[in-house]
Amino acid sequence: MNTPTANTLSEVRAGVAAILPAVIAMIPFALILGQQAASKGLTPLEVLAMSSIVFAGSAQMLAISLWTEPAPIAALTLSALLVNLRHVLMGASIASKMAPFDRWRAPAAFLMTDEHWAVAERRALGRPLTLAFWLGSSVFLFLAWQAVTVLGAVFGSFIRDPERYGFDFAFPAMFIALALGFWKGWRTAPVMAASGLVATAVHATAPGAWYIIAGALAGIAVAVALDTGAKPDVGKVRA
Amino acid sequence: MTVSPNTLLAIVMMGFATYLTRVAGLYLADRLPRSGAVRVALDALPPAVLTAVMAPAVLTGPIEMVAGLLTALAALRLPLIVAVAVGIASVAAMRFAFG
Repeated sequence: MNTPTANTLSEVRAGVAAILPAVIAMIPFALILGQQAASKGLTPLEVLAMSSIVFAGSAQMLAISLWTEPAPIAALTLSALLVNLRHVLMGASIASKMAPFDRWRAPAAFLMTDEHWAVAERRALGRPLTLAFWLGSSVFLFLAWQAVTVLGAVFGSFIRDPERYGFDFAFPAMFIALALGFWKGWRTAPVMAASGLVATAVHATAPGAWYIIAGALAGIAVAVALDTGAKPDVGKVRA
Repeated sequence: MTVSPNTLLAIVMMGFATYLTRVAGLYLADRLPRSGAVRVALDALPPAVLTAVMAPAVLTGPIEMVAGLLTALAALRLPLIVAVAVGIASVAAMRFAFG
């Protein structure tokens, strides 16, 4: 029988251990993010503000790649909303497992990220999720994210001519790899093709970040149109 | 070492939008449709957004298109970070060779 304190401590430790691989994998991205932010004119303090208030890797990378001075607030907010809509699905899936958190459930959701959500879901497969595990893993990731993005911003400003080393391609490459993580066979191909072509066309003709919204809507429209044609429910019944 | 008010406002608005997405799922858990057009649209949203984000930067020239293809091939087999390294290295190498 563990005392509540010892139990809490071991849960925090289990959380830190579970998130450690994700923290290590995050380091190069956080450095690149900080460096790119510095190259767009953000100060290390502004990078710290963004990393702690937004705390979402892909939304921050997107924001930095769209960044102009003065900051286009409406476009940045809308892009953050769009790129993070996947959180709604993740939250819906983990909601019941967070029931033991009681009134801390909504505040704890602030610390939910892709990697952390995956770790928490995996933990919940075996044993019930605890608030101590949740906070141990997410606070560790949170603090590491602050430290490394700011480090990237401080030292990134010393890198001259980042295009020469292909650093400007880091974000596109990362988004390619992330997008392919959602690859569900060849039916994903027309979705990505429509999204990419419409986004590129709008990017060439309209200012700001609207190309992302136009491309995303085109991809979604193709997905819905093709789904109605394929009638997957009929196939399921037959099988 | 400063924070401009406009930048801070942009960051706070982004943070608000992001938190909204994090907390919404907790309350929508039992109300999201499990099938139908809305579900298909929600499932297609992440790859559609990510593709729209990167496409203009990849379709900007032949070097970036080849590098994007190499990144995609690497991403299907290798860890994320290795695929990104392949993308960066191939762009840098081709710019050195042809640029």
